[in-house]
Amino acid sequence: MTPEELTAIAAKKADEHAAYQHVVNVCMESGCMSSRSDAVATALDGEIKKRNLGGKCCIKRVGCLCSCAQGPMVSLGTGQTMYKGVSPADAADLVDSLGSAPPARLAFPADQPFFSRQRRVVREFAGTFDPEDIEESIRVGAYQALRKAVTEMTPAEVIQEISTSGLRGRGGAGFPTGLKWSTVAKASGSPKYVVCNGDEGDPGAFMDRSVMEGDPHRVIEGMAIAAYAVGAEHGYIYVRAEYPLAVKRINKAINQANRAGLLGRNIFGAKFSFDIEVRLGAGAFVCGEETALLTSIAGNRGVPRPRPPFPANYGLFGKPTLLNNVETYANIAPIITRGGAWFATIGTAKSKGTKIFALTGKVNNTGLIEVEMGITLREIIFDIGGGIPDGRKFKAAQTGGPSGGCIPEQYLDIPVDYESLASVGSIMGSGGLIVMDDTSNMVDVARFFMDFCMSESCGKCVPCRVGTYQMHEILRRIYDRQGRLEDLTLLRELCDMLKATSLCGLGQTAPNPVLSTLKYFENEYLDLIAAARQTKGNEVHA
Amino acid sequence: MTALATPKPTLKAPSDDKRWRIVDATMRRHGYDPHALIESLHSVQQVFGFLDEPAMRYVAASLKVPLSKVFGVATFYHYFTLKPQGKHACVVCLGTACYIKGSGAILKDVSERHGILDGQTTPDGELSLLSARCIGACGLAPAVVLDGEVIGKASVDQVSLRLERILQS
Repeated sequence: MTPEELTAIAAKKADEHAAYQHVVNVCMESGCMSSRSDAVATALDGEIKKRNLGGKCCIKRVGCLCSCAQGPMVSLGTGQTMYKGVSPADAADLVDSLGSAPPARLAFPADQPFFSRQRRVVREFAGTFDPEDIEESIRVGAYQALRKAVTEMTPAEVIQEISTSGLRGRGGAGFPTGLKWSTVAKASGSPKYVVCNGDEGDPGAFMDRSVMEGDPHRVIEGMAIAAYAVGAEHGYIYVRAEYPLAVKRINKAINQANRAGLLGRNIFGAKFSFDIEVRLGAGAFVCGEETALLTSIAGNRGVPRPRPPFPANYGLFGKPTLLNNVETYANIAPIITRGGAWFATIGTAKSKGTKIFALTGKVNNTGLIEVEMGITLREIIFDIGGGIPDGRKFKAAQTGGPSGGCIPEQYLDIPVDYESLASVGSIMGSGGLIVMDDTSNMVDVARFFMDFCMSESCGKCVPCRVGTYQMHEILRRIYDRQGRLEDLTLLRELCDMLKATSLCGLGQTAPNPVLSTLKYFENEYLDLIAAARQTKGNEVHA
Repeated sequence: MTALATPKPTLKAPSDDKRWRIVDATMRRHGYDPHALIESLHSVQQVFGFLDEPAMRYVAASLKVPLSKVFGVATFYHYFTLKPQGKHACVVCLGTACYIKGSGAILKDVSERHGILDGQTTPDGELSLLSARCIGACGLAPAVVLDGEVIGKASVDQVSLRLERILQS
């Protein structure tokens, strides 16, 4: 495909799109699909056909419309009007209402804070186009950034732009992306590889799934730009097998891009070739760790190894490898199109851009949100999330999954950025944000995460393999009201030991949920231990 | 791509089952590269539902990797199962959001009602009870997957009712 052809497709599709009086978007993401949004789309198609409105109305099957708990979600145009909980039986009423207000039972205000307080960069166009159709993606600007990078910029200029943007890795650790790219670009050895981490293993997180399902071409485009910048010709996307729809859409998108010549040899007529293969994960949380992931792509048990050497120098098959997360790659296209300086105006001094969170748990509006870095947790939970349901009281916000911590009420006003979250004992993580109310016992929460880490520990290093087991035993004992006061000292010792001596991030961060709950909710531990003493005392007297 | 790999003399599949052709096609597509071990096991599990010893031996011989490594990989990853699954599957999500909203109670109820623990199948081979670390349907927590269909905002009663209906049909 030539740059001119790309522009022509975009213009043709835009004209087609503009000719419709009404564009009805039906969410086709896993969440809404599970409440049968596909049947809703079919019913709407039928209704349009029956009334012979084909030239005026168009039913689009689109990516996530954010409000997952209200699904199946339907929107009009670019989301000015929203409908919730639409069933196939509502199709006729919905079509009737086009051009006027939605039926009251389906109406979902599009101007509520849940939508208006978001800031969209990665998900800019999500929910307004069909992700399974490459021409639809091109209509909303896909591959324009790749065209610009390949035809107008040198690899060094691309890396400079990414460095200027201040983008940091969205997988959780927040390593500066520009620095990573320039390290791989400078590394000696060939071939080089570009790898995308789509093994979203954090329980309570589904941002990457949503990006892969809702805008797969943006991920592919980001990877291609990265490949151009670092000098790679081959890429891998490592996707969880538990996300069949994401796997299907990514595969479909790669095939379409290959056929269109947007992947393959001499992309845009330049001396740049790149292709991508999908590799399926098989349900091992530790494969989110970079060396484990690369080992797994090569068909082995996903066991991490000590670093250095870092993957930038010694990665997949022993070659220099660039490894970024799905959301990181999805940030690349807008940075190249609009410039790193533009991106750097969004967010805080050290954390630029936006972050997508999966807002779930005990909060009124659950779903997928993209917010500007620096927004406070209070704004997310109480403005966007609409507060705690059933009149209960907020207790803690959990970020970063099993590697993160529980943030209590007194820190609700800290800004959401990498440093601030770390300063209160949690981490940004990949984007799971789980709200807990006063019905959750924090010792049980700590035990829940330790159970997770224990069963996900790969077993290679002793501190993690044995340490997580022992900590889980202690937490279980305390929760079962059989704990002793000395257990708390022992827990803290084990936390220090795991942090200091584990081989990889899984073991090093596994103590975080325990440490943060011990710090902010020690009284809950003490209450359970006191209850244990009471029972024991009663037994002695009996 | 590994399209240029030399075709290998075909090993005899463990049985005449035509489904082996799908597995063969996967291995051929990857040029019988040992790196494609996980992909090959995915293919076996997809068509047969689980990985048994003859299957693992066949994949090991085809890709020229030691059987010990195939067994190691098959048991390392949670997604692979070495036991046949029941006719029906009930997967309870134990992701954080689902757990906070009470999926633990659903798991316990199904477990007690049918006398099987997480990961087990009823003796009559009708029902397998499984738990998932997170199926990514957190917005619909707690979520349960019955025979591939996601039930969002599930309750103990609702799941037990649906299960009874499925088992009776």
